[in-house]
Amino acid sequence: MKIRAQVAMVMNLDKCIGCHTCSVTCKQTWTNRDGTEYVWFNNVETKPGIGYPKHYEDQDRWHGGWQLDDKGRLKLRSGGRLKRLSRLFANPDLPSIDDYYEPATFDKDILVNAPAGLKDTPVKRPHSALTGEPMAVTWGANWEDSLGGAHEHAGGDPNIARMPSEAAAKVKFEFEKTFMFHLPRICEHCLNPACVSACPSGAMYKREEDGIVLVDQDRCRGWRMCVSACPYKKVYVNHTTGKAEKCTFCFPRIEAGQPTICSETCVGRLRYLGIVLYDEDAVLAAASVADERDLLDAQRAVFLDPADPAVRQAAREAGMPPDWLDAAERSPVWRLISEYQVALPLHPEYRTLPMVWYIPPLSPVLDAVGQAGRDDTDADDVFHTIRDLRIPVEYLAELFTAGDVEAVAGVLMKLAAMRSYMRARTLDGTVATDLLDGIGMTADQVEAMYRLLAVAKYDERYVIPVAHTKDAAALEAQAAAHPDCALDCAGGPGMTTEATVQSFHLVDGDEVRPGRPGLLSRRADGRRGLTINPLRGRS
Amino acid sequence: MTTLVWIVLPYLCLAVFVAGHVWRWRHDQFGWTTHTSQLLENRLLRLASPLFHLGALGVIGGHAMGLVVPASLTEKIGISEHLYHLTAVWGGTVTGAMLVAGLALLIARRFVNGRVRRVTTTMDKVLYTALAVMVALGMTATVGTNLLGEGYDYRETIAVWFRGIFWFQPDPALMSGAPLVYQLHAIGGFLLLALWPFTRLVHVWSAPLAYLWRPYVVYRARRGAVPAAQPTPAAVRDRAHLPISSGRA
Repeated sequence: MKIRAQVAMVMNLDKCIGCHTCSVTCKQTWTNRDGTEYVWFNNVETKPGIGYPKHYEDQDRWHGGWQLDDKGRLKLRSGGRLKRLSRLFANPDLPSIDDYYEPATFDKDILVNAPAGLKDTPVKRPHSALTGEPMAVTWGANWEDSLGGAHEHAGGDPNIARMPSEAAAKVKFEFEKTFMFHLPRICEHCLNPACVSACPSGAMYKREEDGIVLVDQDRCRGWRMCVSACPYKKVYVNHTTGKAEKCTFCFPRIEAGQPTICSETCVGRLRYLGIVLYDEDAVLAAASVADERDLLDAQRAVFLDPADPAVRQAAREAGMPPDWLDAAERSPVWRLISEYQVALPLHPEYRTLPMVWYIPPLSPVLDAVGQAGRDDTDADDVFHTIRDLRIPVEYLAELFTAGDVEAVAGVLMKLAAMRSYMRARTLDGTVATDLLDGIGMTADQVEAMYRLLAVAKYDERYVIPVAHTKDAAALEAQAAAHPDCALDCAGGPGMTTEATVQSFHLVDGDEVRPGRPGLLSRRADGRRGLTINPLRGRS
Repeated sequence: MTTLVWIVLPYLCLAVFVAGHVWRWRHDQFGWTTHTSQLLENRLLRLASPLFHLGALGVIGGHAMGLVVPASLTEKIGISEHLYHLTAVWGGTVTGAMLVAGLALLIARRFVNGRVRRVTTTMDKVLYTALAVMVALGMTATVGTNLLGEGYDYRETIAVWFRGIFWFQPDPALMSGAPLVYQLHAIGGFLLLALWPFTRLVHVWSAPLAYLWRPYVVYRARRGAVPAAQPTPAAVRDRAHLPISSGRA
């Protein structure tokens, strides 16, 4: 057994209102640079929908993730090592920028600097951020927001294509007959990452301490195999630097004990962050189980119970700091995934063992209960509706359990039972334990789960132990020498974190130069900004 | 003059080649990349890039065969001059044609597609020009002189001079008699070597062969120091709410 700790996330989809605050703050923090205009480390998509990039879940097309070969061995869907090297010159599985969207910017200068003699009142128009030419905006990272254009596009959702045909036939994109929910997505920081496994240079790696998957910007050579190998399409090419970039799980914040920026700014407070202990030696076997529907339980079995004395002993022997063990025990992520078992991984059938899990949304089901003329406050009615109305349970099953409807229905029933139980408890103080018979949870557990899902405070939602360094004493001395120092002042601890500062080339001496690439790859005009001619095409 | 061109220039270029790579490797790991533009343009690249790269590999192999392997050695292992000539001319023509087609398409792609044009750097333009000139000279020598013309046995002159450079005994007299197109191609070749470390060509040295035997998942320990722990919002709030007097006490 090889114990490792993984920083992981759970998102409670019932609470997501699709406000995109996570996406915006993430973009402001990480991808507001040249070459990453189209990149959203965090994006929120509406489901059903084809997603960002378009149809990314269709692995028959993109060949992302893993699959079992004829002999039952795990291999990348895009082929073996030799096959991948043979495709270095042109990667047939790489999405083009049009599969994401053409990024646009606006010629706002025209509003204040319009020359005399224009026939029309100047209005700002979109220009391509790639070419500077005027363009029509026809797609974006959240183009399908709240089912916008669903009647045209959402039928192409790969999850619907995989559903049993009679269930798929019930998915309608007509007003009042449809259902929807928001799905915020970041990098999954998988236990068995396909992107890392496909990287020819060995530039991508999983950190031993916290399992965060990163790209070494100095070692990436731009072979772009990670982009196509990731089934979630959460590794991107920066077309200015020619290097791969991805969600960093905000590691400089995590190391300091702070939540990621998407979690910190989440308006619905639907994100939970904590660490999960797992056995690295068990990862390969878990990812290789024959039946896709066993992957959920197989992955849960890889996780180790932080309260188990044997596990604690082994972790201590492996050198894990005591505060990390305590954090593992208090981890909301561990509780939601393994204790209450209400969180589910996104697309476990990709066999990457993802580490951002989701509590499936109950709301569309409750809508269906109401439409069926049943009482959405009555757990029995909800149970029946979950069983009878296979919308959207089959759809949720395609997303979260490789099509296993029972597994998703079980989670939804737990959530429905919790609501009914707490409703009775709050209204008249009744402890309706009969409601809990079918879900295998005790009243104490349900109340604790209710607290975690409904009222948990900052410290309960984010249990992140600070990173330790082998040279902690030296660091403390340094911190003491700069008492007012935040992360980013000269000589501050942040300045020595190579990957945050130097590798992204944000700072060169005293000069901040956002996104400037290497000395020898500067653009022809020597400028970083886009050249836009706002008068082009105007009369 | 002959000394300058056929002795000084090659050594100068080789020195720049070596020193340039050392400098670039040490100071510009971040810029050391293929600088892929497949994201921006896929359709032409999927045809052009394999053509260019496979053609280039063939051409480089052909140059190694012609320049590094002495004629006496091929004869010793039973390859007649005629057989060598056939292989070299036809192999060179076919791989050269692939290279020409690939390069032409890649250059056309840079002109035609606005997205790719905009990410093309000055150094890219220099490199494409240099490659185009070199390929044109090389194809003139192979097709014009050896396939259609009367032929020229570079293995007795150019190859001997070339190997001499590495024994530190280059004989410039061998080169001064060569046809002009061969002379220009040889000079251009060394100039290209000197240009090499400053262009995206450096990605050649990063051909990821080690991928074939490394484990799939790479684990790496964090390097360097970590940031100091930050106070939670609750702690900041509580501190802000402390009565002023307690702060002074």
